[in-house]
Amino acid sequence: MVSSDRGRAVLATVMAMGATGVISACKDPVETRYEPSDAAISRGLAAIEKAGCGSCHEIPGVDWPKGRLGPSLKGFDDVGLIAGQLPNRPGVLASFIRNAPAIKPGSPMPPMPVSEAEAQDIASYLYGLDSD
Amino acid sequence: MDWTVTDALWGWPPPVLDPAGPYSAQVTTLSWALFALGVVVTAVVIVALWVAIKGPPRWKAKLGGERAIWIGGVAFPGVVLTALLIWGLTLTASLTEPIRGDEMRIRVTGEMWWFRVQYLDADGVVVMQDANEIHIPVDTPVVLELESADVIHSFWVPHLSGKKDMIPGRRTLLRIEADRAGEFGGVCAEYCGGQHALMGFVAVAHEPDAWQAWRADRIATLNRAQSPIAPTAQRNSIDAAGDPAEADIPARYDARRGYDLFMETGCAACHRIAGSEANGMAGPDLTHIASRRTLGAGILPNHRGTLIGWIGDSQSIKPGNRMPSYDRLSADELGHIAAFLELQK
Ligand code: HEC
Ligand code: HEC
Ligand SMILES: [Cu+2]
Repeated sequence: MVSSDRGRAVLATVMAMGATGVISACKDPVETRYEPSDAAISRGLAAIEKAGCGSCHEIPGVDWPKGRLGPSLKGFDDVGLIAGQLPNRPGVLASFIRNAPAIKPGSPMPPMPVSEAEAQDIASYLYGLDSD
Repeated sequence: MDWTVTDALWGWPPPVLDPAGPYSAQVTTLSWALFALGVVVTAVVIVALWVAIKGPPRWKAKLGGERAIWIGGVAFPGVVLTALLIWGLTLTASLTEPIRGDEMRIRVTGEMWWFRVQYLDADGVVVMQDANEIHIPVDTPVVLELESADVIHSFWVPHLSGKKDMIPGRRTLLRIEADRAGEFGGVCAEYCGGQHALMGFVAVAHEPDAWQAWRADRIATLNRAQSPIAPTAQRNSIDAAGDPAEADIPARYDARRGYDLFMETGCAACHRIAGSEANGMAGPDLTHIASRRTLGAGILPNHRGTLIGWIGDSQSIKPGNRMPSYDRLSADELGHIAAFLELQK
């Protein structure tokens, strides 16, 4: 009895893990499921506040300001394409943040004065948002 | 630039305990004295309480006697508070003394919710106008003539001096002085309506050389005869220097187009830019907006992104402020205006 109980538990766990794997595999390309480090995430939030991204975006974790010229970044980790056009990958996001018009010609978001490292941290923060 | 007032006033030690000049040093001395006295009085009260509850009966009787009340309840506070008042007022008297001879004078007017800044000559005539930023030379006392355009505000730059109310219809004086070069955050310290918490400014203290250069530069802008648009060649080099990637899209934002939009969409009715037809006085002077450390009265860093964000949607950033949101302008139009304002160093 004992051993068959354990067997069932193991089976259930394996199935659950499999299901999670399938669901998350459906959700995003592999690269966006990387786990950013906590340090990068908190540096990212600091960089967002320092650069004043909030003057155009509502961003979870930023109490003020909540500008509305740009789209809300709530649930951004689930967005399929950056700005409706670019693959949602950390590298692409980081370069979009630094200079949106350069990689999406005509984008209304102006280039932002953040360093490459800051842009990567900001990307980590935006992917770390757990809104689902 | 990523300087804002909040960052400047945050951290340890708090600016009130970190004076950067003689006037604020006096305020700090007073603060410490009050704090020390508070500690002594608290200790005396605790001891008295202990005596009243657990002390020997003879002491208890004394504490409950009429004599104790006369001494501890009337004489002690009377003497201490009077002495403190006199000492405090004499210590800080120099902050608000009448203007002496040829002291440097700046008029600062509190407005809902920003600060108008006017540099005066010895006769009190306005020489230069600015907003939300006050420039002073180091080691020089500067008299601020404080006024208000609407409700009561209070001027406070804790590193450099004490607080002083700005009262409608009155002129109050406050001296500030910095003994080191630097940027010091200031705020309105009297509730003045919805956006009181977003009403700040920066005081910048310059070494003597830098001060002379700053002043000469400002006077030169004042006397410029030509329009505030730099020649195209210079403009492109500014763009290219700002961000190399910017050079890829040189034609995207056009400062001349921005100038026209600034004049046509009504900005000029509220804002002044020296040397142009823009002569409005309802909002902050924008003659030197590009060299300001902050936007929106000390609250945002100042760069193209925040500039566009502010012009397009200042009502989301600072709800109820007296500038309308220009969300009817397209992203490119906002960019043109920002590019034009970026030339106003
Ligand atoms: C001047 C206003 C403005 C500022 C400042 C600004 N953005 Fe944007 N942002 C926009 C606009 C407008 C868009 C839409 C761009 C598009 O569709 O091409 C956008 C798009 C984005 C997107 C894609 C959103 C999506 O749903 O696809 C991200 C991510 C983003 N911005 C991040 C940032 C970060 C990080 C900062 C600060 C470094 C910042 N933005 C500063 C205006 C701004
Ligand atoms: C009805 C008057 C009014 C109009 C019209 C107006 N503004 Fe303003 N503007 C203000 C006021 C008032 C403030 C200060 C708001 C505050 O900080 O509370 C301000 C602030 C600003 C600032 C920030 C200044 C600083 O030192 O922080 C900029 C930049 C600016 N306006 C640009 C513009 C532009 C560009 C336009 C036209 C598209 C415009 N304004 C139209 C009244 C106006
Ligand atoms: Cu106030």
